[in-house]
Amino acid sequence: MTDRVSPARVFAAILLRDVTVARRELPYFLVRTTLQPILFVIVFGFLLPKMGLIQRGYTTMMLPGIVALSLTLSAIQSVALPMMADFGYTKEIEDRLLAPIPTPLVAVEKIVSGTLQGIVAAIFVLPISRLIMGPIPGLTFAHLPMLLLVTILSGFAFSAMGLFLGTAIAPQQIGLMFSVILAPMIMFGCTYYPWTGLQHIPAMKYAVLINPLVYVSEGMRAALTPSIPHMPNVVMATALLLISAVFLWLGLRAFDRRAIS
Amino acid sequence: MDAITTRALRKVYPPPAKSKGAGVIAVDALDLAVKEGEFFGMLGPNGAGKTTTIGILTTRVRPTAGEAIVAGANVVSEPAAVRTRIGVVPQRPNPDRGLSVIENLIFHARYFGIARSEAARRGEQLLERLGIAEKKNAKVDQLSGGQQQRLMIARALTHDPRVLFLDEPTVGLDPQARLSLWEILRDLHRQGRTIIMTTHYMEEADQLCDRLAIIDQGKLLALDTPANLKAQAPGDTLVEVAFDADAAPIVAEAQSIDGVSKAEARGPLLRVFSRRAGEIIPALISAGESKNLTVRDIHLSRPSLETLFISLTGRKLT
Repeated sequence: MTDRVSPARVFAAILLRDVTVARRELPYFLVRTTLQPILFVIVFGFLLPKMGLIQRGYTTMMLPGIVALSLTLSAIQSVALPMMADFGYTKEIEDRLLAPIPTPLVAVEKIVSGTLQGIVAAIFVLPISRLIMGPIPGLTFAHLPMLLLVTILSGFAFSAMGLFLGTAIAPQQIGLMFSVILAPMIMFGCTYYPWTGLQHIPAMKYAVLINPLVYVSEGMRAALTPSIPHMPNVVMATALLLISAVFLWLGLRAFDRRAIS
Repeated sequence: MDAITTRALRKVYPPPAKSKGAGVIAVDALDLAVKEGEFFGMLGPNGAGKTTTIGILTTRVRPTAGEAIVAGANVVSEPAAVRTRIGVVPQRPNPDRGLSVIENLIFHARYFGIARSEAARRGEQLLERLGIAEKKNAKVDQLSGGQQQRLMIARALTHDPRVLFLDEPTVGLDPQARLSLWEILRDLHRQGRTIIMTTHYMEEADQLCDRLAIIDQGKLLALDTPANLKAQAPGDTLVEVAFDADAAPIVAEAQSIDGVSKAEARGPLLRVFSRRAGEIIPALISAGESKNLTVRDIHLSRPSLETLFISLTGRKLT
C-alpha cells in the first residue's frame, strides 16, 4: 500500500498535470490573454505613430505596460477561470482535493502554475510588440535580475488575485468581473502611460495607487526602460510583496471554503 | 479491526448569509461501525444526509462534532493519511477533461506518489478490468455516462485503497449499465475490499449490501442485514388508498379493522399496514364513504425495504 507520500512529490505531480494541460492549450491560451494587448500595440504603437498622431517615443512608455498587462491578465485568468469552472460546475479539481496533500497546497500549486503561464505570455508578447513597433529607444535587457524579480513577483501576486476572484465570485458574475474589476484596473493601471506622467493630476496620481497593476507596469519600466522616470524600486517591490501576501491570504481562505464545507 | 467507526458524528451547515434562521442539521449523532471487507450500504431519500456523511468520511466535509476514524486514521487530524487509504467515486462523474482516459489514471496515481511506469501499468490493467480498455486514448467527453462512471471507479482504485466509497453510483445510468456496474462492485467485494455505498434504490441496496443503514434527516433509523430488515417490516403488506380529500378523519376507524397493525394519513393518502393484505380494502373503502370520501387510487406493496422505510419515516424513498 502507498501510505505516507511526501507533499512535495504530490505537489510536483499536480503541477506537472497543469503544465501538461496548459501546454496542449497554449495557442488558445495565448490568443485569449495576449490578443488584446497586441491589438493595442498595433493601434498605438504602429498605426498612430505612422499617422504622426503620437510621438515616436511613446512606444518606450508603452512597451513595459503591454508586457505588464499580458503578464497580469494571463496570470489572473489562468487561475480564476479554471477555479470558477472547477468549483462551480465540473468539480474536476476534486481528484486533487482528495490527494494526500494539505488542501492549501493545492491552491498554492494553482498560483505557481498561474505564475508560469503569466511568464509565458509576457515572453510571447515582448518580441511581438517589439516587431510591430519597430526599434524602441531606451529598451534594455541589462537589468535581468530586476526583470526576473518583477516578473515572478507580479505573476505570483496576480495569480493569487486570480485564486481569490475565482473562488469568491460566482460563475454567473464572471462578466461582471471583467467589466467592473479588470477593465478599470487595465485603464488605470499605468499600462498605457507612466505613473510619473500623472503628476499634473495629483488626485489621480495617488488614487491609482490602490490599483495593483500600477506597480507591475512601473516595475517593468524600471526593468526594461530604466531611462524613463518611474516609481522608486523600493515602493514598487514592497507594494508587490504586500499585494501578494494579501491576495494569498484572501485566496487561500476562499479556496478552503469552497474545497471543504 | 473496523474499517470505519463514527461516534456521535454531527454536521450542521450554517444558515445562508443574511438569514437569521438556524443551520441545517445534515448528520445527527451518527454512530456507525463498518467491518473490514464489508459491503455497507446507506439507504435514504435525497437530503437524508448520506452525501454529507460520505463527505465527512472522505475528508471533504468538516464535522461539527463527533469523531470519525477511517482505515485507522482520524478524518479531521490526519486527512492526508485517510486519503491515501480511500478511493472515492463521486455522485456525478468528474473526470479531468484536460486529460485522456489513461492519463486520468496515470496522473491520479502520481498524485499518490506512484512512479510513472507503475502508474501506466496499473492504469492499463484497470481499464481492461472495467471493460473500457478500447477507450484508453479517448478524450473523456467521448465516453458514455456508464463508461465515465467506470472510469471513476478505475480512478478510485488506482492507488489500491483499502476502503472504496461510492456515492449513488448508478444514478442516471440505463438499466444495462446499472447491472454491469453491480457486477463490477460484486467482483470488488469478493476480492475483500471494504465498500461503502449510498443509494436511494431499494433493489440496489438489497442486492449488493451485507448490511444496510437506513438514514433519514441525518439520523440512523435502522441498521442490519437486508434480510433482517425486511423481516422487521411491520404487518405484511402496505395498503395505500388515495382519497379525494384529507384522510385523517378515518385513521381511527382504519386502525380498528381486524388485522391492521398500523394506520396513518398523509394528506389524502391513507397508509395501512396489514397482514390480511387486500382483504381489508372493502372495509377501508366503506370507512371512507362514511365520511364522504371517494377513493381515487389503491396500491398494495409487499413487505420490503421500501415498506419498512415508509413505516420508519412516513416518507417514500424516491
